[in-house]
Formats: sequence, structure tokens, C-alpha cells
Amino acid sequence: MKFFKLCVVAVAVLVLVTASLAMAGETLDAVKKRGYLIAGVNGGVFGFSMPDDKGVWKGLDVDTARAFAAAVFGDASKVKYVPLTAVQRLPALQAKEIDVLCRNTTQTLTRETANGLNFVQVNFYDGQGFLAPKKLGIKKAQDMDGATVCVLPGTTTELNVADFYRANNMQWKPVVIEQTAELSKAFFAGRCDLLTSDLSQLAAHRAVAPNPAEYVLLPIVISKEPLAPVVRHGDDQWYDIVNWSVMALIQAEELGINSNNVHIMLKNKNPRVQRFLGVIPGMGKNLGLDDEWAYNIIKQVGNYGEIFERNVGVNTALGLERGLNAQWLKGGLMYSAPFR
Amino acid sequence: MAQEVTDSTEITTPAKIPFWYDPTKRAIIYQVVVLGMVGMIGYYLFTNTQANLERQSIATGFGFFAKEASFEIGESPIPYSAADTYARALLVGVLNTLKVAFIGIILTLILGTIIGVARLSTNWLVAKLAGVYIEVMQDIPVLLQLFFWYSISYEILPSPRQALNPFTGVFLTNRGLIFAVPEAHPAHGYMALAFLGGCVAVWALSRWAKRRQEKTGKPFPVFLVSIAILLGLPVAAWMFGGAPLKMDVPVLRGFNFQGGLTLSPEFTALLLGLVLYTAAFVAEIVRAGIQAISRGQVEAAMSMGLKPGQVLRLVILPQALRVIIPPLTSQMMNLTKNSTLAVAIGFPDFVSVANTTINQTGQAIEGVGMIMVVYLFFSLSTSAFMNWYNKRTALVER
Repeated sequence: MKFFKLCVVAVAVLVLVTASLAMAGETLDAVKKRGYLIAGVNGGVFGFSMPDDKGVWKGLDVDTARAFAAAVFGDASKVKYVPLTAVQRLPALQAKEIDVLCRNTTQTLTRETANGLNFVQVNFYDGQGFLAPKKLGIKKAQDMDGATVCVLPGTTTELNVADFYRANNMQWKPVVIEQTAELSKAFFAGRCDLLTSDLSQLAAHRAVAPNPAEYVLLPIVISKEPLAPVVRHGDDQWYDIVNWSVMALIQAEELGINSNNVHIMLKNKNPRVQRFLGVIPGMGKNLGLDDEWAYNIIKQVGNYGEIFERNVGVNTALGLERGLNAQWLKGGLMYSAPFR
Repeated sequence: MAQEVTDSTEITTPAKIPFWYDPTKRAIIYQVVVLGMVGMIGYYLFTNTQANLERQSIATGFGFFAKEASFEIGESPIPYSAADTYARALLVGVLNTLKVAFIGIILTLILGTIIGVARLSTNWLVAKLAGVYIEVMQDIPVLLQLFFWYSISYEILPSPRQALNPFTGVFLTNRGLIFAVPEAHPAHGYMALAFLGGCVAVWALSRWAKRRQEKTGKPFPVFLVSIAILLGLPVAAWMFGGAPLKMDVPVLRGFNFQGGLTLSPEFTALLLGLVLYTAAFVAEIVRAGIQAISRGQVEAAMSMGLKPGQVLRLVILPQALRVIIPPLTSQMMNLTKNSTLAVAIGFPDFVSVANTTINQTGQAIEGVGMIMVVYLFFSLSTSAFMNWYNKRTALVER
């Protein structure tokens, strides 16, 4: 099953790596020729990437992938979503099964070097925490000694939690299940005392739990988790397109451009806005796209603030504050490099 | 006519045939060419992959073996911590797989034989029940069965604080089956030695009894005496060692029970699912093997005055085994290979640990290569052993 899939991926890695090496512009050409973008997503985390009851993909990661399609095709719907487990995601990208990975993946040194991948601008700043039943009454780290912890295999979370217990000289027992849904089912049925993951994912799991009020996010954050879309090494043009598409989402929010006012903003006299929306041409051409690319992204997907509020914000089931993900002008870390 | 004869003698003269018309030489040439092509394709794949991985700056090789794994593994037969190396983590995975496969195969053989024999029972209800078991178990995919047993183990059983306590020292919770074990004592070492000694004694006894029966025709109750030796010697050693009675009883402390021995829900569900599923196939094989023996054999044996047990042991089974063993071998390998489904229910078998290793190191080709080699080794060694055993039983044929 999993193993078979992994085998297929490994053989694909072998064959494709053998076939040719990445040339600049190769990915963009392949995507254009194919007519749609293939994005690797999680598929099981509410608010980030999950099909709704009508089978339409929704979420922050999904909207990020739609932004790439809007930039390339001028049509945000031209995306095929491939749900991947944590274990499958990096081999799938290396094997060129997907063009870009938008699957709450943490940027790390090893992944950028030994794994041959590049992370673009972060689209969600997260940290690892713990979800626990309220009745256990856990207040501090020392209360967690001897716990059984549910954790996804093949993640940075799995390593962080091991580090955390080692650093505090405490005992624990992991239960690792590859499918996110199976893992959270086991946790909510009481197989584990704690569930550990990125805080946003824990909030998402709790939102769809049978009885959310019985669970509490512990006030213990044990790591930094900058989550970003990922592309392969060796195709700088594709990297630029993906990177600057995320930047465009952030920049638009800073400039006050959103999906409702973007056509009015075309008439705005501010040269920063004009350059951004392609009224003053040049930015799109530098990326190998047309000059309406940023306009299309904002028109069809919205700016970063809209995406955040729509999928994970305070008015959704997840109810997350902007926190670190606010604009830099409002004390957050969302900061786009200048469009010029 | 005469002309033809001379022609044919000319053709068989080797000196006159060019080597490409000589079937033997031609065969050798073909084989060399094929071997060369396979070798060249292999070499091309290897060097090209190597070069391209390097250009994509993906790390290669098995250097990660010596690096710190820094992930934890849920259960392990040997001491393991996150500070150990990847090599040790993978070894833990191999041992976990072997544990499941070994215990699973033994239980499957026992259960499968019982059900297979039950299917042939003259008791209508027993035969039908065995038939229903076989049909149901064979027809439900094993992955589904694993999910079923796993979710039963954590959905129905209570948390440690409300643990079921059917007997003293045994606790049934959603963290597994936890039971008391005798506290470590030197007498246990003596008992193990006594058991080994008992095994040797039983082997010698059965040889002696066989020879005596061949010479004098007098049978010896080997089975009963063997059981007495195998049980009696360790008990004697235990008494000799001071008859230690102290038990390591599990106690609820913090989140979970401490002490005693724990069978995790993951392990139990995997073992249960694999054994119940594979036993259905083994039962059919056993049934087929027994039915392959003609009725006349049994009647002849009975008319010679053999008891039903002797008929089974001396006439039916030796012949049935010849039919049973080859398909049984493939079922044993199936069980081992199906144990890779452990990843779905969180048992840290070899594939699960190797998958994590692949993801943490990013070296999929090495990782999957390793998985293939390990399972190939398991399968080949199982089939080598069974082929040897098959040959032994086949020699009984006269």
C-alpha cells in the first residue's frame, strides 16, 4: 500500500533523475504545455487543504497553489491537487510528480541542502505544541513525563518532540501513524495522552473533533515551524515565480489591494501599486509571465489577509489570531521584498 | 539413400560448421550478449542516477547509517533511544518485523491446522463453522481487518485509569494488555538451561525409542515422557534455584502503568489480523492436503489395527505434508510481506522505520533499495528453509 506507493515514487525518482536534469524554465514550460499545475497538498488538515462536502478543495495551502495557477495561466482553477502523506511528500517533489509542494512543510537546512529542495517565502509561521484532554490537568512541561504521544512519522514534529523529551530528561512513548486522519482518530479515542503537531494543525484537528470543548492546547511551544511552499533545486525561474507569487499575496495586503477593489486600484496613481498591478509594465516580463500576473492572483484568490481570514481566521472553526502571521507593520512577520 | 548418409556425416563434422550455426556456441553468445546488455543498463542507470542526484544536490550513499536518528520508536526488543544511530533504528525495525513474522507464522500454523481439520470433521456444526470462518476471513481484505482490530482495541477498551482487571496482575486498557511477569532472578537462567537440556534429552529419547521399536517391535510412550521431561526439568531447576515467587506487578503511575510486560494495541492488532487472515488460507491448504490422500490408505491403515491417532500421525500426515508444504511456504511469505501493512496502524515494523528514515534523510532510493533487500532476504531464507524441509518430507516417498 504505502510501501507500494513509495516504491513507485522511488522508481520514478530513479527514472526521472536519470532522464534529464532540470534546466532553467523547464518546469514553467512543462506546466504550460500540460495546461494545469500539479500541487502536492496535505488533504487532511481542515483550514489548510481539504476538499469540502462538494469536493471543492479549500484551505490556505490550496489558495496559495491557486495563486500560482493564476500567475501562470491567469486562471486560478487550473490546479490538480495531489494529497500526500508526510512521508511521501518530499520524494514526490524530487521525482517531479508535482510542480510545487504546498503542504505545511517546515523549512529546514537539511531539506534545502541534502534533499535538493528550495523553500520560498513562508506562507504560515507556526510552532509546535500539544493538544491534551482537559481532564489530565497538564500545566507545565514536567507534567508530561511518561506520556504516550501521537505523532506523524517523517515530520520535523517527530524529531522536535524527541528533542524536547531528551532535553527535559523525561520518558515518553510515541504512536506513529502515517495517515493524518487515522492518527487523530486514535488520539480522540484515547490511544494517546497527547497529540503533537504544529499549533495550526492541532487547532484544525480540534475543530473537527467529536467534542472540541474537552481538549485544550497546552501553553508549551517547543519549536519554530516556518511553513512554506517548496520547489526543486535547479530551476531558478520556477523558484522565482513561486516565491514572488507568495510575495504578491503579502504585498497586496500591505498596499491595501484585495479581490474586491483590485479593478479600482488599476486606476490608482501610486507608482508602487501601478508597478505591482502591471499598469507600469516590466515585473511580469522579468518572471517570464504576462504583466497581469499579480492582478490575476489578487482578483481570483485575494490577498494574504483575505486568504488567512477565509480559511483559518478568528471567524472560522479554527479561530486563529493573525499573531506572527500579521503584516510587519502590525507586529507580524509577513514582509514582502519590494516589487521593483 | 547412400548420398543422404554421406551428407549427414558431413554435417556432424564440427570443423565444417561456422560457429554461428553451432547451437551450443550460439547459445553461449546470446547469453553473453544478454548479460552484457543487462550489465550495461544497470551501469547506465547507476552512474546516471549518481550524476544527476549530485547535480540536483541530493545526498547519496549510506553515510547516514552512522548518524544520530533523533526519532523515537514506540516499541523495541533491544534498548533504543533517539540518541542512537539510524543503523540501530533500522535494526529495531528488522527485529520488530521478525518478531511479528515469527510469532505470527507459528500461531497461523496451529490455528490453520485446527480449522483445516475441523472443516473435515464429521460433526456438522463444527465443519460448517470452520467453513464460514474460512469464507469470511478470506474474503475481507487484510488491511480492513487490521483497521478493525486496531480500532476495537482503542475504541472499546477503557483508559488506564479505568483499566479492566480480569485477573490479579492483568490489566486490559486502550494502551494494551499489561500483565505481571516474574521479577528477574538467577533461577530463570537455570530454568532456560534445564529446558535446553530437556530438548536434547527428548531428541535422544525419541531416537532410542525408534530404534528399540524397530528391533523389538515394542512401542514407547515418547510423547508423554517428552512432555514430562520438558516441563519437569525447568520446574526442578526453579525449585533448586530457591523457588522465587516474587512478581513484577504493573502499577498505575502518572499516565500509564509502569512495570510488568505490555503488549501494545498496535502489535496485538497486527498479529491478530495477520494470523486470523492467513490461517483461513492455511486451513484450506491443510484440508486439500488431507483430502488428497485416497480413502483406501486410511482403510488399509485401520484394517492393520492402527488407532485413529496413529493413522493420522503415521499414514495421513507424512503424505499430506508433501502436498501441503509448497503452498504453505508461500502463505508464510505472504504473512511476512503483509506485515508491512503495520504502517497503517502504527506498529514500528521495518517499513515504518525505513519510511521515517527516508523522510528524515531524504534518500528515497537507498531507503527503498534497503527495504527490497531486507524483504527479499526474508522471503528467500524462508523458502530455502521450506525447500529443504520439503525435500526431507518428499524423500519419504517409496
